[in-house]
Amino acid sequence: MYRIIRAQALAPTVTRFEIEAPFIARKRKPGNFVMIRIDDHGERIPLTLADSDPAAGTITIIVQAIGKTTKQLCAKKSGESILDVVGPLGTPTPIEDHGKVVCVGGGVGTAELYPITRALKEAGNTVYSIVGARSRELVILEHEMQAISDTLFITTDDGSYGRKGFVTDQLKELLDTVPGIGAVFAIGPLPMMRAVANLTRPYAVHTLVSLNTVMVDGTGMCGGCRVTVNGTMKFACVDGPEFDGHTVDFDELMMRNRTYVAQERISEELHVCRLTGETREAHR
Amino acid sequence: MSTINPLKPSERMKIPRQEPLEQDAAARSVNFLEVSFGFDMDRTVTEAQRCLDCKTPYCVDGCPVGIDIPGFIKLVIDKDYVGAVRKIREANYLPAICGRVCPQETQCEELCVMGKKLTPVAIGKMERFVADYEMREKLFTPPVIRDHREEKVAVVGSGPAGLTCAAELAQKGYKVTVFEALHAVGGVLRYGIPEFRLPKEILDIETERIKALGVEILTNFVVGRTATIDEFFDEWGFSAIFLATGAGTPTFMGIPGESLSGVYSANEFLTRVNLMGAYRFPDYDTPIRIGRQVAVIGGGNTAMDAVRTAKRLGAEEAYLIYRRSRAEMPARQEEIHHAEQEGIKLLLLTNPTRIIADDQNWVAGIECQKMELGEPDESGRRRPVAVKGSEFVLPVQTIVEAIGQKPNPIIQSTTPGLSTSKRGTVVTDDGQKTSRPGIFAGGDLARGGATVILAMRDGKNAAAAIHTYLTDRRSSTTDHA
Repeated sequence: MYRIIRAQALAPTVTRFEIEAPFIARKRKPGNFVMIRIDDHGERIPLTLADSDPAAGTITIIVQAIGKTTKQLCAKKSGESILDVVGPLGTPTPIEDHGKVVCVGGGVGTAELYPITRALKEAGNTVYSIVGARSRELVILEHEMQAISDTLFITTDDGSYGRKGFVTDQLKELLDTVPGIGAVFAIGPLPMMRAVANLTRPYAVHTLVSLNTVMVDGTGMCGGCRVTVNGTMKFACVDGPEFDGHTVDFDELMMRNRTYVAQERISEELHVCRLTGETREAHR
Repeated sequence: MSTINPLKPSERMKIPRQEPLEQDAAARSVNFLEVSFGFDMDRTVTEAQRCLDCKTPYCVDGCPVGIDIPGFIKLVIDKDYVGAVRKIREANYLPAICGRVCPQETQCEELCVMGKKLTPVAIGKMERFVADYEMREKLFTPPVIRDHREEKVAVVGSGPAGLTCAAELAQKGYKVTVFEALHAVGGVLRYGIPEFRLPKEILDIETERIKALGVEILTNFVVGRTATIDEFFDEWGFSAIFLATGAGTPTFMGIPGESLSGVYSANEFLTRVNLMGAYRFPDYDTPIRIGRQVAVIGGGNTAMDAVRTAKRLGAEEAYLIYRRSRAEMPARQEEIHHAEQEGIKLLLLTNPTRIIADDQNWVAGIECQKMELGEPDESGRRRPVAVKGSEFVLPVQTIVEAIGQKPNPIIQSTTPGLSTSKRGTVVTDDGQKTSRPGIFAGGDLARGGATVILAMRDGKNAAAAIHTYLTDRRSSTTDHA
């Protein structure tokens, strides 16, 4: 059992957890993720590590309640536990001094971007960060990102905060006006990362994206996370999750990620019913 | 003292080989309960009386772990079932598992003298009975450990090789910690072999018995990530390490359409069902989608497990596609027989060439071509050659590829100085020693894909080699002191 030391709401549906996992805390690097399973009947899901505190023996994850498992997790309070946490998994982000970098986070992807941005800053980069969200209340980690960025831009789809529009609008402006951008790091929903990769391609700026895929074990065993990168099959869990965005077949990945849409709906509906007192059996 | 078989050899030879009790094929093809019930007590004792108690017991030569087979059979004739299972456990700590999944027909039973003219003695089914009897009657007591040694040994992987090595070392008095990457113990016994062939309750009980020897098991620990091998030596205080992480990386055929929804590796398909309980969705959260028609590609035991699982998940038609003929299938005869009884259709001498999509990017069919057997290849089996113009499309909505696995590369890539082969296996000598002192390896990690019992043999050999290594080290340290 892995104890939740602190659970804190960051935004509606977004919760930050500090979880006791001393081995993982010692080894975590930017870009690593963990697999978690909440209870005995639970699914294993991948969650990127936002931070860790080796001295306290804790790891930090930031979770958006979107499916059954994440909703169940986000309902957990400080002092409660998670059955299984394993990691740190995946290949860490290559951190080097590119001179100037742009870090682009969309929605809860900003949580995954945060440790990478911090490492890039510590490596000596001049960091431009763009944090995008649908609306003001969904902007997360603004102060944290501010503290580790030379310049921070906020965009919201509805214009309720920062610049109205998409992260790509801001990114295009930077690419056009700031000379010498060495790399772009983009983490967010797949359509956003695809848009970023398409935008930077003609500028020939190296663009790293972090892929969220179907995963069962997270250690290279199931092959569910296979993605086509530069025409060859890669496993996101061990070869990634980060890849050169210009070589990823996003369309194929987006299709694959829809495999269990129907089942996810059933799972979620049953979960909600259970919360309201009905039984799973009633829905068979 | 053992009594001697009261029957004369000629009388023993008149007894027919006993048949195991099995779940009816139609009933079992829609449930996940165990297919074989094995022998009852009467059948076991009758079968034991068939043993000729040969002066030279060839059967023992056929057993990779060298069980005293005539010895345990004599105890069965005496109706000392617990004595019999203890006799087996001297050589094999997991008898309830081996009694179920070992390919006895190509090992001990293949060399049984009775089998030369008649049918071999059903050694495996007797092993299973005595192991189950001891479990049912709760008569297990852990072996007494006389020596206690200071050295700590790490075992990486809790599959058959790792568990066997841990049990052997613990009985020699070492402090053993087993590290498992998944949340549950057993490796391929847990995620690979289905409930209907090896109930997980059996695995749980065998695991508890290993813990009863003082072995510590840490789950959710990916060696190479959570801690490295060098940290095990330098910071954790382990004196020796046995690597047994299996062959967990799936391979794909490399034909067009493998990224479509509805295409699974056998590993993913079986892990979802066996480890994650997808066959009980939505009571369990992990989903699986099964089409009305399912094709499983491959001819080994994993392919058999996958295709029989597909049938149980509700496939109306479950096909097994294999490019060679029945004679070349690596699967156990018993499994092929069970699969056919359950209505699995074997498409032999058939090779998939392309997967066809529907408009939602789901699998709609698989294009195959017919094959014929040509000259023998390097494996000694006749090479399948495509028949021109024989392409046809089989309508299926789910495809499972069971064409073999490779070792997981995480440890190899995080352990400097560990020699690996081109196939990704860890190189060892006959004594399971790797290129690095104090590191031993075995099972599928070293073999690249074999059986449970060969993994167990490696685990046993490694335990002996580790014992020698640590004993030598201890005496050389003493000499210098």
